[in-house]
Amino acid sequence: MASINQNLPGSALPDFRNIGVVMRVLLAVIAMQVAVSAARAPSWRSALDELVGMSALAQPTLILSLVALAALSVWLRRLPYAAGVGVVVALELGLTALVFQYGHELLGGGVGATGRALAFALAATCVVLGYFNLRGRALSPALTEARLQALQARIRPHFLFNSINAVLSLIRADPKRAEHALEDMADLFRVMLADTGQLSPMEREVELCREYLNLEQLRLGDRLNVEWRLAGMPGDALIPPLVLQPLVENAVYHGIEPRIEPGAIAIEIYRRGDQLHAVITNPYQENSTHHAGNRMALANIRERLALRFDALASLTARVENGVYVVRIALPYIVKEPG
Amino acid sequence: MTEAGEALKVVIVDDEAPARSRLRDLIADCAQTLPVEVAGEAANGPEALALLSARKADVVLLDIRMPEMDGIEVAQHLQRLDDPPQVIFTTAYDAYAIRAFELHAIDYLLKPIRARRLAEALVRVRGLAPLRPEVLRKLQSEPRSNLSVQERGRIHLIPISDVIYLKAELKYLTVRTAAREYLLEESLTRLEQEFAGRFTRIHRNCLVANAAIAGFERVAEEGGEAHWVVLLRGLDERLAVSRRQQHIVRELGKG
Repeated sequence: MASINQNLPGSALPDFRNIGVVMRVLLAVIAMQVAVSAARAPSWRSALDELVGMSALAQPTLILSLVALAALSVWLRRLPYAAGVGVVVALELGLTALVFQYGHELLGGGVGATGRALAFALAATCVVLGYFNLRGRALSPALTEARLQALQARIRPHFLFNSINAVLSLIRADPKRAEHALEDMADLFRVMLADTGQLSPMEREVELCREYLNLEQLRLGDRLNVEWRLAGMPGDALIPPLVLQPLVENAVYHGIEPRIEPGAIAIEIYRRGDQLHAVITNPYQENSTHHAGNRMALANIRERLALRFDALASLTARVENGVYVVRIALPYIVKEPG
Repeated sequence: MTEAGEALKVVIVDDEAPARSRLRDLIADCAQTLPVEVAGEAANGPEALALLSARKADVVLLDIRMPEMDGIEVAQHLQRLDDPPQVIFTTAYDAYAIRAFELHAIDYLLKPIRARRLAEALVRVRGLAPLRPEVLRKLQSEPRSNLSVQERGRIHLIPISDVIYLKAELKYLTVRTAAREYLLEESLTRLEQEFAGRFTRIHRNCLVANAAIAGFERVAEEGGEAHWVVLLRGLDERLAVSRRQQHIVRELGKG
């Protein structure tokens, strides 16, 4: 295994079964159709006629394409990126030729020349694929700098050094506890430093949160109370690694650490239909000074979820009755796709 | 090393119990070669101030990042004591504070602390100049949670949220809360800057807490012309709004 993975996973075809991806394709292609109609027509009024005329064949092609891409999505994503792009382009040209061929027989001539339709299909396909490629790269936390930032956001130096300090304090008085604390720390840092490409079982992610909370408990003692609500949790669900733990860390950092009085954080995980939900709550500290840091941590997780699940995942954060509530929802997956 | 050959009395202030116990261990280690002893421990700022008001200490090992009142603020309140202890700040990681400490030659220890570093700092501490208030103010990155005064040798904290108004008189500043008045030696302008957004200046010599403003009323003095006064929440007193500050009546929209 290579020690450092330098491949940019940004170059990958999008998952065409994702509703967010479908919407983006639809909007982009229709926008291009409108632009082409407007450019071709001599006046604004005739632009509409142009668009309607074009739609008779262009829209069926678009719908057929989306259905075909959704059906082939899993297979396409398994191909090398260049081959995948080739297949998609060929598919689009083939479908366009087919629809226009039959269209002409069905509706007679005058509904658009096949040659120009093919050119448009080629251009539209390239634009859409180019857009998804750029978007993947832009959102990809694997880009060196973003990756570094993400790493720093994950390992708060303050937490690292205070934890080491806490373990040091235990070594003389309670060596057994010091051992456990170091084991928890090793586990936690192993995951934090690992490549984050693979989905991870929910049970493992919860275990990681517990190890993290053990360390915090060591430092914060009675000030930190944790309430787990996991009755509805499907342990076999797969989620992106290190989505849950940073949210729990945030709850401790913003909800417990700034208070002298003890406080409780609650973590609830359940499944509803094909969606997996996690709700993390902590006492809201009005004059906490780390609000900016909080927004950054949440933005980081939101981006990672968006990159992987697009519109199928969401993250919301708000204050409800003096309690800060972060909710995430993501697709319930039990097998790694592709 | 101390004048009378007495042990150096150290107070430990840290919100994390393991950090306090670690320092206790280290001081016990140092005690084998240095006359030093732990004189007390506190888990937060107010506790530390109460402890140090009641018990004399030579040195405070003061954690910077603590809930509700950070170490820098504690150090500022400590300066109200007649003979404040020397302060050695401790921190796990505070890039900003560390740069400032270096700049102003303030002693600090990085956690995890080494016994050798602690011993060196304790040996050095007698010769250190006392902390200067203006330097501490510069280190303060956010407004203090409390104002403080010294009363009969003890530090008395006034939560900033209790303050109804601040009024400058000849040499002092009067701090008014619902319960009573205090005299403070601070500058009104500096407080206005530090707590920007919390107070409104209604007069050259007076700041009123926004939350305490119940409304405005126009009163006519006998012989004089009419002027605005502020009605206060929780206090049966009226404060005059100066002509220059009249615009606030409109801006706060409670006239």
